[in-house]
Amino acid sequence: MAQDKSGFSLSRAAGYLAAAVAFALFAALFALAGAVLTTGAVLFDLAWVPSLGIGLSFMLDPLALIFAALITGIGGLIFLYATGYMGDHPQFGRFVLFLFLFMLSMLGLVLARDLITLFVFWELTSLTSYLLIGFSHDDPKARRNALQAMLVTAGGGLALLAGFILIGFAAGSYDLAVILQGGGLQTSPLYGAILTLVLLGAFTKSAQIPFHFWLPNAMAAPTPVSAYLHSATMVKAGVYLLARLHPALSGTGAWEITLTLAGGATALFASVMAIRQRDLKQALAWTTLMALGVLVLFLAQGTGVALTAALTFLIVHALYKAALFMVVGAVDHGTGSRDVTALRGLRRAMPLTAVSALLAAVSMAGLPPFLGWIGKELLYAGVTPWLVLPLLAANALIFAVAGVVALRPFWGAPPGPLPREPHEAGWQMLAGPVVLGVAGLVFGLMPGLLQPLLDAAVMGFGAAPAAELHLWAGVNLPLALSFATFGLGGLLFLAAPRLLARGTDLSFADRCWDRLLAGLASFATCLTRVIQSGRLSRYLTLSFLTAGLVTLVTLAAKRPLLAVDFTAPLPLWVIAGFMLGGAALALTPHSRIANIAGIGTVGIGVALIFLIFGAPDVAVTQLMVECLSAVLFGIALLRLPGITERRSPRRRALHWGIAGIVGLSVTLILLAITAHPPDRQLATYFEENSFSLAHGLNIVNVILVDFRAFDTFGELTVVLLAGIGAWALLKRRIGRARG
Amino acid sequence: MRSPILATGARLLLPLFLGFALYILLRGHNAPGGGFIAGLIAALGFAIVIFADGPEAARRMLRIDPRSLGGIGLVCALIAGGGAALSGGAPFQGIWLDLPVLPLSTVLLFDIGVFLAVIGGVLALIFALEDSGKAGG
Repeated sequence: MAQDKSGFSLSRAAGYLAAAVAFALFAALFALAGAVLTTGAVLFDLAWVPSLGIGLSFMLDPLALIFAALITGIGGLIFLYATGYMGDHPQFGRFVLFLFLFMLSMLGLVLARDLITLFVFWELTSLTSYLLIGFSHDDPKARRNALQAMLVTAGGGLALLAGFILIGFAAGSYDLAVILQGGGLQTSPLYGAILTLVLLGAFTKSAQIPFHFWLPNAMAAPTPVSAYLHSATMVKAGVYLLARLHPALSGTGAWEITLTLAGGATALFASVMAIRQRDLKQALAWTTLMALGVLVLFLAQGTGVALTAALTFLIVHALYKAALFMVVGAVDHGTGSRDVTALRGLRRAMPLTAVSALLAAVSMAGLPPFLGWIGKELLYAGVTPWLVLPLLAANALIFAVAGVVALRPFWGAPPGPLPREPHEAGWQMLAGPVVLGVAGLVFGLMPGLLQPLLDAAVMGFGAAPAAELHLWAGVNLPLALSFATFGLGGLLFLAAPRLLARGTDLSFADRCWDRLLAGLASFATCLTRVIQSGRLSRYLTLSFLTAGLVTLVTLAAKRPLLAVDFTAPLPLWVIAGFMLGGAALALTPHSRIANIAGIGTVGIGVALIFLIFGAPDVAVTQLMVECLSAVLFGIALLRLPGITERRSPRRRALHWGIAGIVGLSVTLILLAITAHPPDRQLATYFEENSFSLAHGLNIVNVILVDFRAFDTFGELTVVLLAGIGAWALLKRRIGRARG
Repeated sequence: MRSPILATGARLLLPLFLGFALYILLRGHNAPGGGFIAGLIAALGFAIVIFADGPEAARRMLRIDPRSLGGIGLVCALIAGGGAALSGGAPFQGIWLDLPVLPLSTVLLFDIGVFLAVIGGVLALIFALEDSGKAGG
């Protein structure tokens, strides 16, 4: 498909451009690698919220370098691949944008040095992956699964934010460099809460049991997205976080037990599920889960061997998983099918795809001389003794799945009828699998290339030095276990066709999720029915009752000093008398114009009081506002029909009661406020500096336009938006009346 | 119920209101007044025209949609605030051109912005109420 659409298009050009940028970033990382390995970390700082100690700061240390290199390198190949895979999609430009934003978010996440910065990028990856998973937005399933992925990961993200803030309290800084060198948080009284919250975030992102269900569902995404999200990025973010915070949080019983249980259960469960899938993509998705489980399992420990094993396996997995997803996508693209049972003998039509599939699958199966072999040997060397058997089982299952995914479709008799005549993919789609497959071989033959980076990264954990990567480590237990793996895996491969799952129905966790969402929705409906009745009188009743009662309860609890002082000059008494009369007039049930006049009288009384106490600006403003209110009330209220009492006596009594409560609470607040002498500090400052700093004698106006100009600007926006908002609301009414 | 006397009076009053509003606006920095009060006064002038002569007459005299007027005001205030930030000060810091007779400053521009935004916001609301009243009966 790719080769016959050679015509130039802008969105394809965007795909190539994005690939070029990703490769350029990769090259830049490569150029910085020397500095990282010699100095430990390259830093970059920008003050963001200095008052809270939050900075937009970044750090490139060996651990971040591993992840960043995978993100940009594989990212570049993915962009190339996507251009071949779906370059003629009408919305391919949008796709490239989403994928590029995702890559940058991911890069920001692994490079962030400030926890809050890290969190922002963490949520950005959730958001952009939502857009990517739901890219086929006309498919309701894609929309649902995208939403599920976002709710699970962003929900975990909220827990993570709380955890980060607690870390900030416990360590006294959000700066990772400070936190990691501060000797750990294991003894902090907040440790339990921090660990729980951080693990919630990491486990949701990295799809550990019981949050694993979103990841296989995320397969609704176009294949390039799956290849990227599942190999080097999204799901690795949780692993990255665990690795990043390992020095600060690990080493306790809680850390070891939780990570071991979650990781072990996920790895075993996922590898069993993987071999039962008919859909090649689903099978790969479950092996991703298995890999994540293994990574979490090994991060539970703190020995140099275990950490080396985790990081090596991370690289192994990223290389082969991206390649295999791209292969599966190419098969899907070339034949129109991803069904394990239908595909066979494709090597004749797709020879290059078959070769790259073989390269990747051999690494996945852990055969020598590939990097996968070294990774598996390290896993066996580093595993806790009582977990040897589960790990053996998981590895054997993955061995079998590698055969199912990468051998079955390409070998054997020619295929039966398929939706499309099988054909080889274009060069853009072949570049990724070939490069990554060859990389797995090259690193396997020359593990020394990775050694310095792994050494530095493991040293960063503060653990024992890294284990050495050897293709041949001598005759030892891992070697024996490897052979056991191959034997068991071979048997499972032969038995695989009989293990296929019957249906493709939702898993138990997935059904629970749906029930949870449905419950939430019906709870919201109930709440809405009670509170949001749509009747103005109900809203007013609830608002005023709440405001009045909350105030009264607070006052009763705090018991503030109340100033009751009736001494006032005569003019004030006269004004107060007028205001009382106005208030009474506002309550008369006979005439709306009398009500408006009453309210106006009260307002003008207030303006006069301002004037008497020497605040002419406020008084004039109050007067103007009163006039305008009268105008607005007049326009609105005088169009209403005459007042007729329709409330029942009980309802009237209720309204009188609410009015009494609100009136009482406001009165008490005023008495409490006037009991204290006003704080003159600000007033003195403005009096002293109004003319010298702002060249103005009218302090009120100087405050408005100079000292507090930004606030005024906000208020202006509100005034204007209120006007426009009212216009928009009423406009609908006008339109309806005319139409 | 249109009264020709009131309508004519309102048309004569409007320039007075506007002139007074400008006066209040310009004296605001040293004596009671300022953009906010001035904006309310000007809006009141138009409100009288609306009452006496109907919203159409008021619209003709305003010549510009009140929402646009408010927007222009907001932009003025933003320029005043951003200009200070661009010239090295804090955002919304007052910058004075030290001329001998005319005390020009970004603060004045800001106050003019306040003036226009208040007129725009209030009149948008009044016009909308008037229109909906006419349409809804």
